Amino acid sequence: MDEAPRDFGFNTRAVHAGQRPDPYTGASATPIYQTAGFVFEDTESASAYFNLQEYGNVYSRIMNPTVAAFEERLANLEGGVGAVAFASGLAAQAALFFALLEPGDRIAVAKALYGGSTAQLNHLARKLQITLDWVDMDDPDGWRRAVTPETKALFAETIANPGGNVLDISLAAAVAHEVGAPLVVDNTFATPYLCRPLEFGADLIVHSATKFLAGNGTTIAGAVVDSGTFDWSNGRFPSIAEPSTAYHGLKFHETFGVYGLLMKLRSETLRDFGAVLAPFNAFLLLLGMESLAVRMDRHVANALAVAEWLRGRAGVGAVRHPALADSPYRPLVERYLPGGAGSVFSFDLESGREGGRRFIEALSLWSHLANVGDTKSLVIHPASTTHRQLSDEELVASGVAPGTVRLSVGLEDVDDLVWDLERGLRAARGSAVTA
Amino acid sequence: MNEFQDRRTIQEIVLNAGTVAIVGLSASELRASNFVGYYLQRHGYRVIPVNPNEERVLGEQVYPSLREVPQHIDVVDVFREPAAVPDLAREAVEVGAGALWLQFGVISPEGMEIARDGGLAVVMDRCLKVEHARLLGRMHWMGFDTGVIAGSRS
Repeated sequence: MDEAPRDFGFNTRAVHAGQRPDPYTGASATPIYQTAGFVFEDTESASAYFNLQEYGNVYSRIMNPTVAAFEERLANLEGGVGAVAFASGLAAQAALFFALLEPGDRIAVAKALYGGSTAQLNHLARKLQITLDWVDMDDPDGWRRAVTPETKALFAETIANPGGNVLDISLAAAVAHEVGAPLVVDNTFATPYLCRPLEFGADLIVHSATKFLAGNGTTIAGAVVDSGTFDWSNGRFPSIAEPSTAYHGLKFHETFGVYGLLMKLRSETLRDFGAVLAPFNAFLLLLGMESLAVRMDRHVANALAVAEWLRGRAGVGAVRHPALADSPYRPLVERYLPGGAGSVFSFDLESGREGGRRFIEALSLWSHLANVGDTKSLVIHPASTTHRQLSDEELVASGVAPGTVRLSVGLEDVDDLVWDLERGLRAARGSAVTA
Repeated sequence: MNEFQDRRTIQEIVLNAGTVAIVGLSASELRASNFVGYYLQRHGYRVIPVNPNEERVLGEQVYPSLREVPQHIDVVDVFREPAAVPDLAREAVEVGAGALWLQFGVISPEGMEIARDGGLAVVMDRCLKVEHARLLGRMHWMGFDTGVIAGSRS
């Protein structure tokens, strides 16, 4: 113990955190522990594991060594004390709010939010008697006006989908802590490579790991990361601080300290929800995360090049990339996202709903697909797909114009990407496509 | 991270300690102190309960104070309110303990200074069980960040 422990850099940790060479075989890649259960050493150990007196593998619906390697790697990169993985980002989000909230509680939620999250929160609110207070995250007083004495969490995305709104994390965290509530941030679009919200005062992170963390569009996955700094014993979170009826009277925060919320989330909420991440999917995530920094640099550069190319083209209206020089989010990007604002953004076609349909149909390289954060470039036209049932007026009310197109820029050559977009723009304007 | 949470100090205590006196060790299986005592016994440490209100905990003789413990103590591990720590630190110095360790939430800069000035290694607002599991155990099986980064087999 002569040497001081080293503080390793982000790239080193992205490759190694959470994983060590297999002690039995020396296997360098993380083994896929494709097993439902784990054999106990003896009866004493078995009861110690069930009582949480000792960390031990019991059953893959609660923990699994391959999944744990992914959880530790993500927690390490975000700067949290730990993570719990789930079968999807929405499963992670539902489980977290289920663990935190009691009937009658309120949460303040940014209006600029992934549509799937909006739908889920509305559903949870109806079923669990939770009240949602919607917030304009661009308004500096928005959070303060939305919180009440019953507010138990504030929730927003680092970079909103699809509007590209950038969250003022420190501001939202300050308001959250004034009312004794945690700030929960969905960091899917930034990844811990571009932004680590815990460093700016956020308390909890949720991820759809399906996107840039996996990287190749192979896997549905999600996770919750905890900073370990929130005081769950402040009198507002009985489900974490008081004796738990779902775990023989255990007080999770008192017993496990900074690990209390995550222990509860795993040993109660994940146990009872059953929305567990499969070991093979965790293996794919570990592979993807090894190259996170390298991929994100290329994603960021390609997306900015495409956004700049689109600006001012015939038939193109607003281009909403937060890192563009004239974006209203530019100061927030400089503060929170100095390495780039990701690679998902939207722009408007002046030719409206019909132009959007012609644009999509003319593309041959870009994939028309309802996902983001893939190595492949992806495109979707909300007015003819996810928001198809809405009238033009309803579309605008939801923050999407009839001609809005969302891009997720991949790792291809930019020249090839804009070649294809040019073909789409010609079709949108109504001209014949000449490939 | 502060001077009372030094990673090298934590490693040296966890790897080298044999005898741990747990001040405030509860007989209740639902209390954090009992979790930690049970865990440390399973991992080969000699646990000495210190608690004026108990006689036997985890199969061990309980002593009312550190002064009554008849053998050398490597670590004094404290589950008490912060106000009790300065006196405990003086006792720990008096009996020649090797280290003073304050569990999660037991925060007493004054107590830590007394112990440090008396020559003890000091750790505050950390859990001995968690640090053992991080360095030697199975904490990584539960998705917690151990901070261990290694590409070699040892």
